[in-house]
Amino acid sequence: MTIWIIEDKCDGCRRCIKACPYEGIEIKDGIASVTERCTSCGACIEACKKKNAIESDIEPRKIPDFSDRQGVWVFAEQTDGKLARVCLELLGKAQDLAKDMGHKVSAVLLGKDVSHLIQTLHDHGAQNVYLVEDDLLKNFRTIAYTNVIEDLVLTYKPNILLMGATALGRDLAPRVSRRVGTGLTADCTQLAIDPDEKLMFQTRPAFGGNVMATIACKYASPQMATVRPGVMEAAPCKLENPTLIRHKISLKEQDIRTKILERVTQKKPGTDIIDANVIVAGGRGVNGEQGFAMLKELADILGGELACTRLIIEQGILPHDAQVGQTGKTIRPEIYIACGISGAVQHTAGMTGSRYIIAINNDPLAPIFKLANWGIVGDVHEIVPEFIKQLSCGGAS
Amino acid sequence: MNIIVLVKQVPNTTNIKLDPKTGNLIREGLESIMNPDDLHALEAAVKIKDKTGGKVIAVSMGPPQAVDVLTQAMGMGADKAFLLSDRAFSGADTWATSYTLSKGIEKIKDYDLIICGHQAIDGDTAQIGPQVADWLDIAQATYVNDIESVDENEIVVKRRLEHGFERVACKMPVLLTVISELNEPRYPHMGQLISACEQKAPIKVWNAADIGVKTIEVGLEGSNTHVIKTFTPNFKRQNELLEGSNKEVVSDLIDRLKKSDTTIAYRL
Ligand SMILES: Cc1cc2nc3c(=O)[nH]c(=O)nc-3n(C[C@H](O)[C@H](O)[C@H](O)COP(=O)(O)OP(=O)(O)OC[C@H]3O[C@@H](n4cnc5c(N)ncnc54)[C@H](O)[C@@H]3O)c2cc1C
Ligand SMILES: Cc1cc2nc3c(=O)[nH]c(=O)nc-3n(C[C@H](O)[C@H](O)[C@H](O)COP(=O)(O)OP(=O)(O)OC[C@H]3O[C@@H](n4cnc5c(N)ncnc54)[C@H](O)[C@@H]3O)c2cc1C
Repeated sequence: MTIWIIEDKCDGCRRCIKACPYEGIEIKDGIASVTERCTSCGACIEACKKKNAIESDIEPRKIPDFSDRQGVWVFAEQTDGKLARVCLELLGKAQDLAKDMGHKVSAVLLGKDVSHLIQTLHDHGAQNVYLVEDDLLKNFRTIAYTNVIEDLVLTYKPNILLMGATALGRDLAPRVSRRVGTGLTADCTQLAIDPDEKLMFQTRPAFGGNVMATIACKYASPQMATVRPGVMEAAPCKLENPTLIRHKISLKEQDIRTKILERVTQKKPGTDIIDANVIVAGGRGVNGEQGFAMLKELADILGGELACTRLIIEQGILPHDAQVGQTGKTIRPEIYIACGISGAVQHTAGMTGSRYIIAINNDPLAPIFKLANWGIVGDVHEIVPEFIKQLSCGGAS
Repeated sequence: MNIIVLVKQVPNTTNIKLDPKTGNLIREGLESIMNPDDLHALEAAVKIKDKTGGKVIAVSMGPPQAVDVLTQAMGMGADKAFLLSDRAFSGADTWATSYTLSKGIEKIKDYDLIICGHQAIDGDTAQIGPQVADWLDIAQATYVNDIESVDENEIVVKRRLEHGFERVACKMPVLLTVISELNEPRYPHMGQLISACEQKAPIKVWNAADIGVKTIEVGLEGSNTHVIKTFTPNFKRQNELLEGSNKEVVSDLIDRLKKSDTTIAYRL
């Protein structure tokens, strides 16, 4: 397997370099040259179709016939009988995907005593609900859930299977994908059906949000992705003749190999920042606990919640679940007010989906201004009190 | 107790630079480091070994230069290291990577516990751990932030979840993926580093034939997913800076919010 350049056809146009996902090609003396990093993926050949300056001895891999794989499935994550919000978001997206493919949307619901959730799933677009109830499925355990989903996938052969990129989903999905013999795209922020091949194009951030990659799974089925919570929109709808399919499988405790000793919910006051319409977020530019008390006052007036960058978590000012970003939460509130936040990619990875971004920072060159709809250059400790004052007395004087 | 630790060499994405013209990632001159989560995996393994005895074995799949992270692992207290390296392994997705790693682990054979990082800072998928566990048909515990007890039969760990945590008992053998809260990694010990370098072939290199995989099962060819394109994210907004006195900019902002298509517009 090698790739080579036909030197007199290459004019150094650099298209191949742009196309290469691996930096496997570079320009040397004005023409393309294959580097050590080349994986023979063939992306450059595609990009050079017109000039035909790149050749290879790669045999095109056969794409198996998956025409019997029908349906867009969404895993209906629930804990203690409560659905994870991302599952309704996924059902919203699944409706678009299913329409483009001419397939139906189904939800997969596992647990014990969870039948009260079926109607909600139908009401958000699930034509079919596959329900598996068992004592051993009461609490999520990886192997039990994997065994059940494996059985469902082998029996009903879906074309697409989506799960939320939650702690649970990112534990379960890779194990399921390995088990059923398919690929998995992690933590996607966009999904679309390619009109030519009816493949699902799955786009996700990598390198800490610095690079976006579009990935497809052609050679294996189902096409599986985990999707970041907060990036898709739920789409409630009325369906005719929704169907419930109860599926039975025998599970044995000794096969599951893990036992949950205790689960502790660390309740925090207020709503989850994922659910808030307005977020007032603070970074290192905000002066400690006092500064955050001021932001909290603003958040309260706006009916919003407090969030922050990782540095604030590290200083112990706010709890971990208030962190926005790559290693925190991804949120898309209507309004995001960034106070004393520089705008590092690891942070912005979690908030660029906000409808309006407002930045308050005393450094006019702070990267956050490049992302903001509206920016105010100034000291947060002056701007925010002014903001609070004007809002409290019913608007601008 | 024998503990296998999976370590990956990654570009240091914390001081990443973007090409100002094309907006592309500049990979030249990016230093290679051990994936940060893997430092915590190694620390956990060495701590357990100190209590129970046994060996810590570091395993990495990567190009020849990935030997650097294995040397570092030995400096931190690993007893042995294996580098799975073959041109055929390149371009692998997580399916092919986890397969290759699990074949290497099967060849090492004698293990009770596998520890890996939760997530690599380049590929960012957090999929390798659970997939390796499934290839090997062993239990898994992800997002581990505390190891409470461990013996030949069972390990009790704490897992961080979105709204709290969970304590889980797992039957051995088990694979853990760990997050940075778990511990404070030690610095590599100079003496151990030197002895790692001096020992004859402390780091073994295995190619595809050594671990018994066909080249079509690994690397790009053995992968199920393929990267179709990569691009730099582009977030377009008006980027308007409001000007005037503090009073003026704030009232300007409130006016804009009142006119915005948001639910709070009416509350202001
Ligand atoms: C692997 C990895 C993962 C990470 N994950 C995350 C994550 O999920 N979330 C996250 O947030 N970070 C994350 N980080 C950290 C991230 O790289 C940044 O360090 C962090 O987001 C910066 O936080 P900050 O904006 O609060 O602080 P700084 O970058 O220090 O910015 C402070 C800003 O405040 C401004 N300022 C100072 N004083 C004032 C004032 N009086 N008035 C107005 N403005 C003022 C300054 O001009 C500056 O722009 C991660 C890092 C790594 C390496
Ligand atoms: C832009 C981009 C996007 C990608 N997206 C996907 C995708 O969506 N799906 C997919 O299947 N593949 C994807 N890949 C390929 C994937 O990055 C590689 O398969 C990589 O080898 C392993 O994945 P990771 O870096 O995400 O590891 P993670 O699963 O995040 O790593 C977790 C832990 O596994 C261990 N580990 C991982 N790799 C190795 C190794 N080589 N040697 C030893 N231990 C290791 C380490 O302990 C590490 O801390 C992508 C690659 C690129 C460049």
